[in-house]
Amino acid sequence: MAETIFRKAKSFYDIYERKGGANKEVTHYCPGCGHGILHKLIAEAMDDFGLKEHTVFISPVGCSVFAYYYFDCGNIQAPHGRAPAVATGMKRANPKSVVISYQGDGDLAGIGGNEILQAANRGERISVFFVNNAIYGMTGGQMAPTTLLGMRTTTSPHGRKAGNEGYPLGMCELLSTLKAPAYVERVALTDAKHIMQARKAVRKALKAQVDGKGFTFVEALAACPTNWKVPTREANRWIVEMLEPVFPVKLFKDEIESRESEALEDRTYGPADVVAALDLPTEEPDIAFVRSPQAIKDPQIKVAGFGGQGVLLLGLALAQAGMRAGYHATWLPSYGPEMRGGTANCHVRISEHRIGTPLVHDSDVLIAFNGPSIDKFAPMVKPGGLILYDSSLVDRTIERSDVKAYGLPFTEVADKELGNGKASNFVAMGAFIVASRGVFDEGVVKSILPLVIKRKNMIELNERAVAAGMRIARDALAS
Amino acid sequence: MAKQFIKGNEAVVKGAILAGCRAFYGYPITPASEIAEAAAYYFPLVGRTFLQAESEIGAINMVYGAASAGIRAMTASSSPGISLKQEGISYAAGAELSCVIVDITRGGPGLGNIAPEQSDYNQMVKGGGHGNYKLIVLAPNCAQEMCDLTMLAFELADRYRTPVVVMADGFIGQMMEPVEFPSPVPEGDLPPKPWATAGTAETHKNLITSIDLEPDDLERHINNLYAKYAEIESAEVRYEEFMVDDAELICVGYGVVARVLQSAVEQVRAEGKKVGLFRPVTLWPFPEKRLARLADDGRKLFVVEMSKGMMVHLEAV
Repeated sequence: MAETIFRKAKSFYDIYERKGGANKEVTHYCPGCGHGILHKLIAEAMDDFGLKEHTVFISPVGCSVFAYYYFDCGNIQAPHGRAPAVATGMKRANPKSVVISYQGDGDLAGIGGNEILQAANRGERISVFFVNNAIYGMTGGQMAPTTLLGMRTTTSPHGRKAGNEGYPLGMCELLSTLKAPAYVERVALTDAKHIMQARKAVRKALKAQVDGKGFTFVEALAACPTNWKVPTREANRWIVEMLEPVFPVKLFKDEIESRESEALEDRTYGPADVVAALDLPTEEPDIAFVRSPQAIKDPQIKVAGFGGQGVLLLGLALAQAGMRAGYHATWLPSYGPEMRGGTANCHVRISEHRIGTPLVHDSDVLIAFNGPSIDKFAPMVKPGGLILYDSSLVDRTIERSDVKAYGLPFTEVADKELGNGKASNFVAMGAFIVASRGVFDEGVVKSILPLVIKRKNMIELNERAVAAGMRIARDALAS
Repeated sequence: MAKQFIKGNEAVVKGAILAGCRAFYGYPITPASEIAEAAAYYFPLVGRTFLQAESEIGAINMVYGAASAGIRAMTASSSPGISLKQEGISYAAGAELSCVIVDITRGGPGLGNIAPEQSDYNQMVKGGGHGNYKLIVLAPNCAQEMCDLTMLAFELADRYRTPVVVMADGFIGQMMEPVEFPSPVPEGDLPPKPWATAGTAETHKNLITSIDLEPDDLERHINNLYAKYAEIESAEVRYEEFMVDDAELICVGYGVVARVLQSAVEQVRAEGKKVGLFRPVTLWPFPEKRLARLADDGRKLFVVEMSKGMMVHLEAV
C-alpha cells in the first residue's frame, strides 16, 4: 500500500538561518495568515518540477519581504511595488531562469500599479503571485486598494467610502483585459478544496513559465486575522462571505495551450561583430593634405540660418573635414530656446591645439544664410574676421569695414546651376575652402561627404556644389 | 581604431557596448534621449537587451534586476528623471549592486529647463536617496571621455560592487567631437560575480537585499560599506591639471565648465597672468587632498559651477 509522507518541501530551507530571533524553525507569519499556505504551494511545485536551483524569487515590501528566509533558491528583495520591473531585468538577463514576483495588495495594486500593469502588458515571461487580503499587513492594518467598502482600517477608521477612496480594485479583472498575459486566475486560500484549486493554479503558472509561454498571474485571496481583527477560526468564513462577492474566485484567462513557446536566440557575437555593428572605423583614411601656412588659424566658426537650410549639416561637415585634415574639432548645435522660431545655428571650432570651450561667441568666421543671422551674429565677428553670406536671400549690406565680407549667391547657384536649392550649404562649403585660404581642401571635403550625407545619390550633387562654391568664391576674391 | 566624429551621448552607448554592457533600460528625456535612442539602435544588433521602461522608476528597477543577475547593465536620464530614480539607486547601493547610471544634467528645480546646468551635484555626489551611501561619480568633459569614463564606470562598478554615475551636462552630451574607440572588452575579461542570483545551481543560495532588520546588523553593513568607500577614496581619485605649476590663481571646474575655463586660462595666460586649471574627474571620490595641497601653497582657488555652488567639500578644509 502506498505511503503518504508529510514533510516540508525541499525548496524550503530546513532551518531558517536568515531569520532573526531564537526560533529558526517557524515562519515570522501570524497564525492564520495565508502567506504560509501559498509559500508551501509554490515550494512544492518547485520541488516537483525540479526548479529550485533555477528559480529567482523576488520578495516585495510587505509581510512577505522576508520570503527569502524560507525559499532555498536565488532571492532578491525589491523596492516597494517594483518587483515586476526587477523581475523584468532579471528574466531578460537570464531567460532560462524561473522568475517569481511575489507581491501583496498594497505593493502590487497600490504603489506598484504601473509596474505590474506594464510588465503584464509586455507579456514578461514571469510568474506573479499576488496575495490579496484587502489590507496592509506589515505596516499594521492600513487601507489597501483592495480594501472593501465600509471596511474599517487604521487609515479608514470610519470605513472605506467610494466617494473618498474609490472602489476595491480588481487586479484580475484589469489584467485579463490585456492581450499579452497568458494566464490570469483568482483562487482562495480557504478550505481544502479551494487550496487544491490554488495548488493547480500555482503549478500551471510555473509550468507555463518553464515552457516559455508568457506572463502568468495568480491572485490568492488570503486571510489576515491579525489586522482584520477577526478570530483565526472565522477568517476563512470572512474570505468567503466578505471578499469573494467582491473578488470572485474564477479563471479569467487561460491561453497557455494556444501560445507558442518562446524561442531563445543562441547566437553569440564576437569582438569583430561588435566593431562592425557599432560602425567603428578601423583604419584612418589616407588623406594627402598639407596645411597651408596662409590658412586662417584655429578658426572659430558660426553657421546660421533658417531651419531646413542645412545649417547644422554644414557645421557638422566643416568639423568633420577639420578632423579628417588632422585638426582638433568640435561641433555644438544651438541648443535650448534658441532653437525655437525656425532659426538654427551651430558652433564649430577647428584647431591645431586641444580645444577648450566648444562655444563660439566672437567668431573668426560667420557663414549666414538669412538676414536675421547677419543682424544677430555679424556684430560678433572678430576684427579681421570673415563673413560669407547668401546674397540670394540676404538683402542687408555689411556695415563693418574691419572684416572681410563676401555676399555670394549660394542658393541661386544651387538652384539654377545644380538644379537643387538644398545644396546651397555645400556651395557655401566650397566658398569657405577658398576664403579660409585652405583650412582644408576639396579632397578632404570629398572624403567626408559619405559620412555626413545619408542619401548616397546626393553625394555627387554636393561634390559639384563644393566645386561651384569654390569657383564663385575665387571669382569674388579676385575682383 | 580610427577616429569617429560623434555626439557625446552616442559615445556613451558605444562605450557601454564595448565594455560588455548587456542591458540598457531607459526612458526618454531631453537632453539625454540620444542615449536611449542610440541604445535602442545598437543593443539589439549585438544580441543585447534594450527596453524602454514604463517610467524612470521602472528603468532603474529593471537595472536592479539585471545587476542582481550579474550582468553589466545601465540606465541613462537627466535631472528630473534622476530624482525619480533615487529610491532605486539607494537600494542598489544598499544591496551592493554593480550598475551604471548616466545623468545628462539640465536645469531645475522642478521641470526647470533643458539648458545645461550642474545643479545635480548634490543629488549625485552627496546622495540624493535615503540612507548612508556614496556613489562613484565620474565627470567627463569631452566626447572621448563620454566613452572612456562610461567604460571605466562599468569596471569600477564591478570592482567595488557599487552603482557608478557618469554625470555630464547637456553640452557634453550634445556636442560632437572625434572619439577613438578602444577594442571591445573580451567577455572572458569580465570579472566573475559569484554573489549574483543568476538562476543557476551555483548561485541559488545567494540573496540580494538591502534590508537588515537588526540595528546592529545594519550598522555593521554600513560600516562595511564605508570601509569600501575608504578604499575607493584612496585608490580612485582622478583629476586633471592644466598650467598649475606656476599658477597663482587656479580655476576649478568640471564638465563643460572646465572647457570654458581652459579657454579663459589660455586667454589670460596670453596677457602674462599666472593662472591654471584644476579639473576633478571623479566628483566622488573628490580630489580634496590634492586641491587642499594646492591651496596650502598660498594660491587662490577660483571655483566655477553652473549651479548656485554645490562643489563644497568640508573634508578638504
